[in-house]
Amino acid sequence: MRNIAIIAKREFKGYFATPLALVFIVIFLALTGAFAFYVGGFFSRGYADLTPFFSYHPWLFLLLVPAIGMRLWAEERKSGTIELLMTLPVSTLDAVLGKFLAAWAFCGLALALTFPMWITVNVLGDPDNGIIVASYIGSFVMAGAFLSISACISALTKNQVIAFIIAATVCFLFTMSGAQLVLNFFQGWAPEVLVDALRSMSFLTHFQAVTQGVIDVKDVVFFGSLIVLWLFLNVIAVEINKGR
Amino acid sequence: MAEMIALSRLTKRFGPLTAVDGIDMKVSRGEVLGFLGPNGAGKSTTMKMVTGFLAPTSGTAMVDGMDVTVDPVKAKQRIGYLPEGAPCYGDMTPRSFLNFIADVRMLSGKERDKAIDETIERVEIAGVLDQPIETLSKGFKRRVGLAQAILHNPPVLILDEPTDGLDPNQKHQVRTLIQEMASDKAVVISTHILEEVEAVCSRAVVIARGKILADGTPEDLLKRSPLHNAVHVRVAAAAASAVAGDLKTLAVVGEVTQGESREGYCEFSVTSKTGAPIAPDVAALLKDKGHPVSDLKTEKGALDAVFRDITRGPAKKPAEAQNA
Repeated sequence: MRNIAIIAKREFKGYFATPLALVFIVIFLALTGAFAFYVGGFFSRGYADLTPFFSYHPWLFLLLVPAIGMRLWAEERKSGTIELLMTLPVSTLDAVLGKFLAAWAFCGLALALTFPMWITVNVLGDPDNGIIVASYIGSFVMAGAFLSISACISALTKNQVIAFIIAATVCFLFTMSGAQLVLNFFQGWAPEVLVDALRSMSFLTHFQAVTQGVIDVKDVVFFGSLIVLWLFLNVIAVEINKGR
Repeated sequence: MAEMIALSRLTKRFGPLTAVDGIDMKVSRGEVLGFLGPNGAGKSTTMKMVTGFLAPTSGTAMVDGMDVTVDPVKAKQRIGYLPEGAPCYGDMTPRSFLNFIADVRMLSGKERDKAIDETIERVEIAGVLDQPIETLSKGFKRRVGLAQAILHNPPVLILDEPTDGLDPNQKHQVRTLIQEMASDKAVVISTHILEEVEAVCSRAVVIARGKILADGTPEDLLKRSPLHNAVHVRVAAAAASAVAGDLKTLAVVGEVTQGESREGYCEFSVTSKTGAPIAPDVAALLKDKGHPVSDLKTEKGALDAVFRDITRGPAKKPAEAQNA
């Protein structure tokens, strides 16, 4: 536990050592706002809720979360510091969890800084704050799932750009797996069970369920188990690739 | 336990390539072991296995009685390691970097402050503590890497090319530092600078193609040089041919090579047949024969020639290990 916290602390500070943190947060806030107001029709809908705000989160995360995750391991391998890190008395699991938690906390910070939206909607009307809390939690957990994918893929390459592109693609497939675009590809030949499994993998479906205000056990388990799975793969990827 | 590092049949294969091929080696407290070998000999790979970064294909590496693959975290606590090229987190400052290392090394309270202050003083980085590491010169970066390795006063210190890329003053500093710390530690340094071995190491291990080819004190290695204990003698050029004839009559002398005459003097290089010291015999002979000698010096032999002899040519049989 102690080692996880130490690694997470170093990693989290690392985001602020470069302009990365500032750039990311500014762009995230600008985009969430722009989507909510211009595309989502926040004002013209006539409802005091944050649905137009949250409904674009999967699409924003699709691009922005791999940008946070891409450096986690690729940079360590490129600069050789992975040799330093992995010869310190910390286990691979400690390092994987520490890095993941730091990046997740950073996502959480960006998400928390959207609080003016919440204030605005409360000033303008009388929204269901329960739904908003549930949506924030859902959004944060979904960011964690995207991030675990990105972190694992970051451990597979020394090149951050490759890590970003592949992670964004995998995240896209998970987001879209309920959509016909993806399902059509499998429906012709794959057994029905697989197609159903794919359909149930959709981030969109699970996230939308949460933003209705119902935090269902099955959605929480879905995102939680996905994070655990990808972090497990992350540990294996680091073990296999660290010396290359 | 005096034996701090014990490698047995340590082997690492990368696909078809055998980088380290069944190495057996023991290093005790108080020893500074120079790990010598051409590039690609398996020095770094061996070090990476000892420090737990790479898992051996077979064989074991024990550090202070702990198997690195069985108990990696405990073994790593006892090791200070400077990886090749001294990688550090470039966006951190030396101060924050050392604080991070102190946290991971579980130093706390006064002990922690003392360790950090002493280390900063030892490697002389006080002037750059608050600059990002990526902006530092190569010498400072190396010293920050060294600071990281010695911060927790580990009983085992493994330094992969600690002086590579440093200027002569910095090299001297690092060597002095290693010698200062050597008394209560087992130190392994890899290098391909042979003068470094003579300067700091109490023992030298030569490795090539993944195998240990020689193991002994630097003096042992020097004894393998054909020039070991050879004598250079300078006499008047006029007496050159007489001296050459007289020198060849000595039983302890191997070969006599006459150098060029310069400014009325001629220099001879006289090798020892058995490698034993021959300077007294040569001096006595020349005195008996009445040849005035203007200069006479004994050669220790060149380590780099020995190194080339040992590491070259796959046909050559591995030399027997010599024990110090």
